[in-house]
Amino acid sequence: MMEQKTLYDKLWDSHLVRTDENGVSLIYIDRHLIHDVTSPQAFEGLRLAGRKPWRVEVNIAVPDHNIPTINLKKGITDQISKLQVDTLEKNCQYFGIKEFGMGDPNQGIVHVIGPEQGLTLPGMTIVCGDSHTSTHGAFGALAFGIGTSEVEHVLATQCLLQTKSKNMLIKIDGKLRNGVSAKDLVLYIIGQIGTAGGTGYSIEFGGETIEKLSMEGRMTICNMVIEAGARAGMISVDDTTIDYLKKKPYAPKGEDWEKAVAYWRTLKSDKNAKFDSVIEINADEINPMVTWGTSPELVVEVEGKIPTNNNGEFDRALDYMGLKEDLPVRDIQLDKVFIGSCTNSRIEDLRAASKIAKGKKVADSIKLAMVVPGSSPVKRQAEEEGLDNIFKDAGFEWREPGCSMCLAMNADKLEPGERCASTSNRNFEGRQGQGGRTHLVSPEMAAAAAIHGKFIDISEDKDGNGSV
Amino acid sequence: MEAFKTFTGLVAPLERSNVDTDAIIPKQYLKSIKRTGFGPNLFDEWRYLDHGEPGQDCSKRPLNSDFILNRDPYQKSSILLTQNNFGCGSSREHAPWALLDFGFNVIIAESFAEIFYNNCFKNGILLIVLSAEKIEKLFYKTKNVPRYTLTVDLEKQTIIDNSDLFISFKIEPFRKDALLQGLDEIGLTFEHRKDIKQFENEHKKIQPWLFNSV
Repeated sequence: MMEQKTLYDKLWDSHLVRTDENGVSLIYIDRHLIHDVTSPQAFEGLRLAGRKPWRVEVNIAVPDHNIPTINLKKGITDQISKLQVDTLEKNCQYFGIKEFGMGDPNQGIVHVIGPEQGLTLPGMTIVCGDSHTSTHGAFGALAFGIGTSEVEHVLATQCLLQTKSKNMLIKIDGKLRNGVSAKDLVLYIIGQIGTAGGTGYSIEFGGETIEKLSMEGRMTICNMVIEAGARAGMISVDDTTIDYLKKKPYAPKGEDWEKAVAYWRTLKSDKNAKFDSVIEINADEINPMVTWGTSPELVVEVEGKIPTNNNGEFDRALDYMGLKEDLPVRDIQLDKVFIGSCTNSRIEDLRAASKIAKGKKVADSIKLAMVVPGSSPVKRQAEEEGLDNIFKDAGFEWREPGCSMCLAMNADKLEPGERCASTSNRNFEGRQGQGGRTHLVSPEMAAAAAIHGKFIDISEDKDGNGSV
Repeated sequence: MEAFKTFTGLVAPLERSNVDTDAIIPKQYLKSIKRTGFGPNLFDEWRYLDHGEPGQDCSKRPLNSDFILNRDPYQKSSILLTQNNFGCGSSREHAPWALLDFGFNVIIAESFAEIFYNNCFKNGILLIVLSAEKIEKLFYKTKNVPRYTLTVDLEKQTIIDNSDLFISFKIEPFRKDALLQGLDEIGLTFEHRKDIKQFENEHKKIQPWLFNSV
């Protein structure tokens, strides 16, 4: 019998340049995505050493972290942010790197535009100076976040020094009920394995639930593996993957497309491939999830209560969040709602949220409910479908694309003590603004929270009846 | 990168798990296009009572006197002792830059997040993973021995104090070599230029579409 390999083994082996006597490997990188925040020092290093990019055409840059989401005509008024975005533009011009700059019709969050443009392809190694690069693993690619020193390394050599991770399989079977989304699934998984549960592993997601998920849903899941400690998450290639990529601007064309598809179909774990760890999840049991603490693992079902636990970390999280043990999640009063981020800002996310918002009004107690599309193409698509009007009629603000209040590097942020239902990926202290309190939820839940001013169970019950 | 051999320093105990890189260096400081100057903003939201913005004179800001690095003598500490999953979250290398700029050359914890772990070694910071039991013992010492100081010998992979403590630690050989010799990784990779070119030629045959379009 031929050696049985996991998807990760296959991707690793097909990019292995060499391994030294210490077990450190040189891995070839096919695609390098670059954004405004983690690149300036790498370009500076390259220039100081008199080096140039090894394969300049596989580098694609886009500013997203510092980009304002309103009054784009005024440009970036924060001068320090402006300098960083201008620096990216200058560096790209200097080295000849393709950039989707501010105002470009394809500009958006780096992890949204990669797949949407077909720059993300199965079988690739994809890196970016951003921990949510794991998103691209949804396409059967090996994709992971790197630091700025590594950004410089990959620019200069097209390679990275890596040691191989262990293999983990998370197998999910059963059906997600209406109102329970990929976001709830990944929050549930993080709650089960913990924020360091995936450290040292590459995680493959499989099982019938994953097979039935759209690419958007798969991206949401792979996006958040870093919140479980794993650098890379991945899903094997199937018709859903191939249908998504067909006719994408930068996807292969003609004969190349046919050859590529034949190769991509081999990108799945062999039947008897060995995993170092296997976790099985039953999707039937998953309910809408809400994080209550300052780490993504501190998560409960919407119908649940804040847990009790005698531990310093718990107390500190409760104190920061201004919550008490045993409080029902449904009693938490919200101030703001954010729908966006590389986790949940794609067209399907906006469609799901708009269904909940349609014909309703944002609660008076909500100071701000904003929708930030992941990219300009997502925004245009949503507007063609009339989703912008659904949101605006309900009282949501409809903004320009960017990272926005996921990490609050631009003007979109929480004030101290404000509480937000957010479709983003991190609920760390101060993440959305100093003193701000974040509850991570799905797009549907965020929309429902805006309408009701608090969390409600949006899932249909076991008999298939909606509860909204 | 400077070569790392032995290091002696005052130990600051930070009794927290899951310290994320947003806490280590908040986002507003990531707007800098430099590698230096992040030290005054290390743990900014825990260290100061006001809201910090880039370009401030931090010596004039109100300090949170409860925070460990504001208490005597820890302003001058250079070894950080902490718990599980230190450095989780964002890949920002500004986190190790801030730790280094403050003066931390060694961090000892029960575990570290992977990207952070990589980033630290690339900046000459030695990260040491020890068992929960040993970490607890070190926390005990920092509480009971004034100005508790450790000496780390990377060559021998040992940690000692001024008393009878002796701990040996593990480290991957390649990381040890890189620190001991202060190697330029890019320069080293260039030594394998031929291997990379050869790989590229083979890769082009298997996945030609990766070379035909962008």
